[in-house]
Amino acid sequence: MTPAPPAATAAGPYALQIRGVSHRFGQVRALDDVSLVVPRGAFVVLLGPNGAGKSTLFALATRLYDNTSGEIKILGHDVRRRPMAALQNLGVVFQSRSLDNDLSLKQNLVYHAALHGIGGKRAAALAARALTKVGLADRAGDKVRALSGGQARRVEIARALLHEPTCLLLDEATTGLDVASREAVLGMVRGLVETQAVGVLWATHLVDEVKLDDTIVLLHKGKVLFTGDGPALLEQAQTNNLRSAFLHLVGISKGDAS
Amino acid sequence: MSVDVAPRHLGIAAYATCFAGIAWREVLRFLHQRERFLAALVRPLVWLFIFAAGFRQALGVSIIPPYQTYVLYEVFVTPGLIGMIQLFNAMQTSLSMVHDRETGVMRTLLLSPFPRAFLLVSKLAGGVMVSLLQVYVFLFIAYFWEIEPPLVGYLTVLPALLICGLMLGAIALFMSSVIRQLENFAGVMNFVIFPMFFASSALYPLWRIREANPLLYEICRANPFTHAVELIRFALYGQLEPVSLAIVLAFTTVFLAAAIYAYNPSKGLLQRRGEAG
Repeated sequence: MTPAPPAATAAGPYALQIRGVSHRFGQVRALDDVSLVVPRGAFVVLLGPNGAGKSTLFALATRLYDNTSGEIKILGHDVRRRPMAALQNLGVVFQSRSLDNDLSLKQNLVYHAALHGIGGKRAAALAARALTKVGLADRAGDKVRALSGGQARRVEIARALLHEPTCLLLDEATTGLDVASREAVLGMVRGLVETQAVGVLWATHLVDEVKLDDTIVLLHKGKVLFTGDGPALLEQAQTNNLRSAFLHLVGISKGDAS
Repeated sequence: MSVDVAPRHLGIAAYATCFAGIAWREVLRFLHQRERFLAALVRPLVWLFIFAAGFRQALGVSIIPPYQTYVLYEVFVTPGLIGMIQLFNAMQTSLSMVHDRETGVMRTLLLSPFPRAFLLVSKLAGGVMVSLLQVYVFLFIAYFWEIEPPLVGYLTVLPALLICGLMLGAIALFMSSVIRQLENFAGVMNFVIFPMFFASSALYPLWRIREANPLLYEICRANPFTHAVELIRFALYGQLEPVSLAIVLAFTTVFLAAAIYAYNPSKGLLQRRGEAG
């Protein structure tokens, strides 16, 4: 069991702090006392099989639902009590595509800027800069429906970063991408952590997206089974590779459940 | 080292930018969908050119306010057709909300830091702007079909159109929160749009309906669409129908509150259904 983290670090509040969050859909308990932190400039992997509760956690962190227990803070702002302050600092890439196919890349980004109160020349400049960063500046006028899956993902990341958030949440962001596109997207996000000090929570069920020195939060059946880095995970599972460790821990949990 | 965590102040200019952005997207989507623009225009024009011409003899209209003399059936039915444009446009907005939810675009909207009620009203207002565009193009074409309200009527009808558009949009917005899939939209046509349109004063004067069927008359009187049509009818002739105005405003408030409730993350229907937006 991981001890509850402090409310903040010397460098200020965490990009994301989730403490004691539980959630039910009717009789189904989707999350059970989940706690985790994402410091600024850190890459944290939320690892869990399908149905672990990752998307529910994202829905709560993005205030698509309100959390009824525990607290979720983005850069120190409670998502439920101070949603305006919290959501200003949040960028999100959802599991399924959420771009408007009928609009161009630039129009999608300018629309997103407007949703954050940014308009006019600044919105256009931010959109151009974001598209340049993801290598799609020359496609700015194209309709989104003309993009490949990997390109659309890059636009979604550009959009999530457009309003310069401190915290970036990505839910299975490589779903449906080929190996090369997956590597490109993952590499780009890891780069952002280093260059822009963004705190990233990367939710995935794919163990090969995890590096040994990443902070790993293992979620299964709504519960956090493990929090720590790769070597600690290997040690806890008494194995020598992450895949085995993941299966081992999830398998133990399955056995317990049955 | 500590960091500045004070949120950016979102002042009136930021609200205006957000509002304009949401409305701009609605208009842009409409203009991109040429078929929708055409259909929105052709539908009332077919009613005006064919249906109204055919019924001119069958449905003579006596002198009733706001008309000061006998009017052609085409003139009488015009406010109803304007209401029809707004009704269909509102339902199109509802359809677009369901579509946005299914495709995930809705989540982009709901992730905005602005209050959710403001976002929904902005979305509604965007839909109303699209309907105004359609109504004025329709009125322009109808002018050449001898539908000639006083010039000032084109101006005085504007606030009525805004209010009626908001009411119909609010009803549609609420419906979008309870419709689960796009496929269910056919049911909306059968159970909402057609009854609302036909059980109203859009096509026939209420006194004629009372003569034909007292129960239907009461249904028509309770139908908010009837009052929207009457509000538009009077406003088109520079007059105010206070009862209709009050009823339209009341329905707008009730359905807007219901829609905001439905999209509220702590109380809403989305959560009850376990949908992440």
